[in-house]
Formats: sequence, structure tokens, C-alpha cells
Amino acid sequence: MIANFERALSMWPDFLLGLMNTIWLCAVTGVVALVLSIPLATVMRSRSTSLRKASQFVVDTIRSVPFLLLAYMVYYGLPAFGIRVDSITAGLATLIVYNTAYFAEIIRGAWSHLPPQQEETARAFCFTGTRLFVHIIGPQILIAAGPVLGNQMIQIIKDSAFLMVITIHELTFAANEIQTILFVPFETFIIAGLLYWVLCNSVEFGVSRLERFAEVRRAK
Amino acid sequence: MLYSLIEGTITTLAVSSASVAAGVPLGLCLALLRLSRVPVLKQCIAAYVSLIRAMPTVTLALFIFFGVPSLGIPLSPFVAGLLTICINTSAFQSEIWRAAIADFPRNQVEAAAAFGMSRQQTFRRVVLPQVWRASLPALFNETTFIIKSSPAIAVIGVVDLTRAASRVSAYTYEPILPYLCAAAIYATVVFILVTAQRQIERRIVIKYGVL
Repeated sequence: MIANFERALSMWPDFLLGLMNTIWLCAVTGVVALVLSIPLATVMRSRSTSLRKASQFVVDTIRSVPFLLLAYMVYYGLPAFGIRVDSITAGLATLIVYNTAYFAEIIRGAWSHLPPQQEETARAFCFTGTRLFVHIIGPQILIAAGPVLGNQMIQIIKDSAFLMVITIHELTFAANEIQTILFVPFETFIIAGLLYWVLCNSVEFGVSRLERFAEVRRAK
Repeated sequence: MLYSLIEGTITTLAVSSASVAAGVPLGLCLALLRLSRVPVLKQCIAAYVSLIRAMPTVTLALFIFFGVPSLGIPLSPFVAGLLTICINTSAFQSEIWRAAIADFPRNQVEAAAAFGMSRQQTFRRVVLPQVWRASLPALFNETTFIIKSSPAIAVIGVVDLTRAASRVSAYTYEPILPYLCAAAIYATVVFILVTAQRQIERRIVIKYGVL
């Protein structure tokens, strides 16, 4: 068994390549989805009932569909409409669309827990539009939603493993390739699992550090 | 086409519900062992739960499907899929139970001890009935989560709803319709679960005052 681990580890460049791909896919998704989710959350809180209901329906539907199904839909469905995409673009687009819905719901939830007096006072001090969000609302929502956003980030890492199905060279794909070459599946997937463990725990650690930092700053 | 999708739905629901049914007691056992006073076992369980929770379901599915037979135990895709979801959810459910038990008010345990109840009696008669209700919302969340992560078993060849949809799409040359139907089915199942969760929570609040 030890010998098998050594054999699997001799393929470390492949593991590393897969890990790197997983990391950048998830990082790009996290940033882009967070940026896109803020306007979506604003729409979900708009005064127009029909707009609010429609956006909530879309978000709820996307959230209740498994990630793999959405990935299939994007990867096999888009070419039918004449849009040719390679697997990386399709995979990244799916990750972003799926998680924008999740992030928007998280932000909407945090936003609705913010006392309305905050916004009223800010408006009284002539904060409107973007300035109101950037200076008053945004920071408070991000601090309140921080841990949940962190959990969702971990979920992105775990969902990205599904992308192996559409031949994206991420960590699980790499592990699967290594095990078909070396015939040591048990050891290979344990190594992959440990790498995921390190990745998820680093995110958790990072989020808790950020939270502490925010708390210290706020106390001042 | 509809027939294959229905068959896939049944597989998805069967695997999910069997896993929940097995995962609840398994998770409780893991949580109790972790909270017990057995020294080495406690740390081992904590490490195991942490690793399984961090591992993507797909990776776990491939690990079981390819890894277990390599140790000389033959597995069919269906059994491997069932094992995957079961192992995955038992780790998550052990966390749910552990959190619920850890949040349990100490004074009730002390009061039970004052009445001369043993540790087992206290757990069975005082802790479990209340913890069970407190962890119910998390349990429902976990169930919807299982349904959404169950397509992992499609990767190892089990024809669940997602794989059924991709099969139908492959032999009817319909690129989008089967997936939309499957999405509608998933959304309906999740919607039913969320509605049931709200109903049950409301009834518990009416009957016991608190969740």
C-alpha cells in the first residue's frame, strides 16, 4: 500500500495541474459571481412586485437544480442555439450562473436583516445609489453574510468536481486519469480527497481570519 | 422519453431516501462516538467526518467505485452509488446531531442526574426527544442537499434522473428539452420538501412552543 502511494505520488505534476485548475476556476467563479449577485439581489428587493417575484422564481429554480444537470444543459444545449463554446468556457459559465443565484439569495437574506433605519439615515445624509451601497450597505452585508459566503465558496470547490464530466482538467479529472494509468485507484483518490480537504479548510481558515479582522476594525 | 425520465426519477428518489434513512442513525452513532470519552476513536471519527465533508461527492463516488474493488470487494455501480451517498450524508448528519447535542442546555442534564437517571436514560428520555426536534430543519436541508448532489452517482454509470436526461437527449437528438424536463422534476421535488419542512416546523412550534 505504501508502495502504491509512492507510485501515485510520482504523478505529482498531474495532481498539481488539476489542483491549480480547480483553484483558478473556483477563484474566478467566486469573484465574478459575487460581483454579479449584488445587482441581482437589488432586483430581488425592487419595489415592483412582478420584478421581485420573477427574479426570486429564477433564483429559486436555479438553486433547486443539481449542478451537473445545469452543466449538461449549458455544454450540450448552447451549441443547439448556434453558440459554440469549449468545455472550459461552458464549465466556468455554468459555475458562475449557478453560484450567482446562490450568492444573490445569501446577499438578499443578509440585506433584509439590515435595520431599515440604516438606509433611511444614510439617505438623510445624501447617500444615494452606488455611494449608499458602497459606503453603508455593502460592507455591513458582506460582514453579516461572510461565513455563509465562505460555506458557499467551499460548495463551489466541491461542485467544480462535476466538471470532470465535460472533460475539464480539474483535480478529480486528474485523479481519474492517474488511476486509469497506474491502476491504484484507492491511493489516488485518497490523495485527491486530502488535497480537497486542504483546499476547503484553507478557505474556512481564511474566512474566519477575515471575520476577526472585520470585528477588530469595527470595534475601533 | 417520459418513461426513461420517470425511471430515473425513481432511482434518484430511492437512492436519496434510502441514504437519508440509513444516514440518520449512522450520523447519530458517529456523533455519539465523537462526543464519547473513548480517546483514540474520538479523534479518528473527527478526522473521518472532516475528510468526507470536504471531499466532493463525485470524487467519493469514483473512490468507492474504483477503489473498493481494487481491494478485492466487487461492487455494482448501483451499490457503489448507494454507498457513496450514504457515507456522504452520514458525515454531514453526524455534524447536525453533534451541533444539536452540543447546544443542549446543561441544566436539563444535571436535573435528570439529580433525579437519579443514568447517562443512557438521560439521553433516551430527555436529550433525544428534544434534540430530534431541534435538528429537524437541518435534516430537511440535508435531504434537499442530497437530492442535488445525487447526480454524482451518474458519473459512475447509475441511471439516475440526470443520466436518464442525458441519455434521452443522446438518442432523440433533442439538445435541451430532456434537461428542462429533468430540471422541472428536480425543482418540484425540492419544492415539495421545502413546503413539507415549513409545515412540520409550524406544527412543532404550535405543539411545543419552540422548535
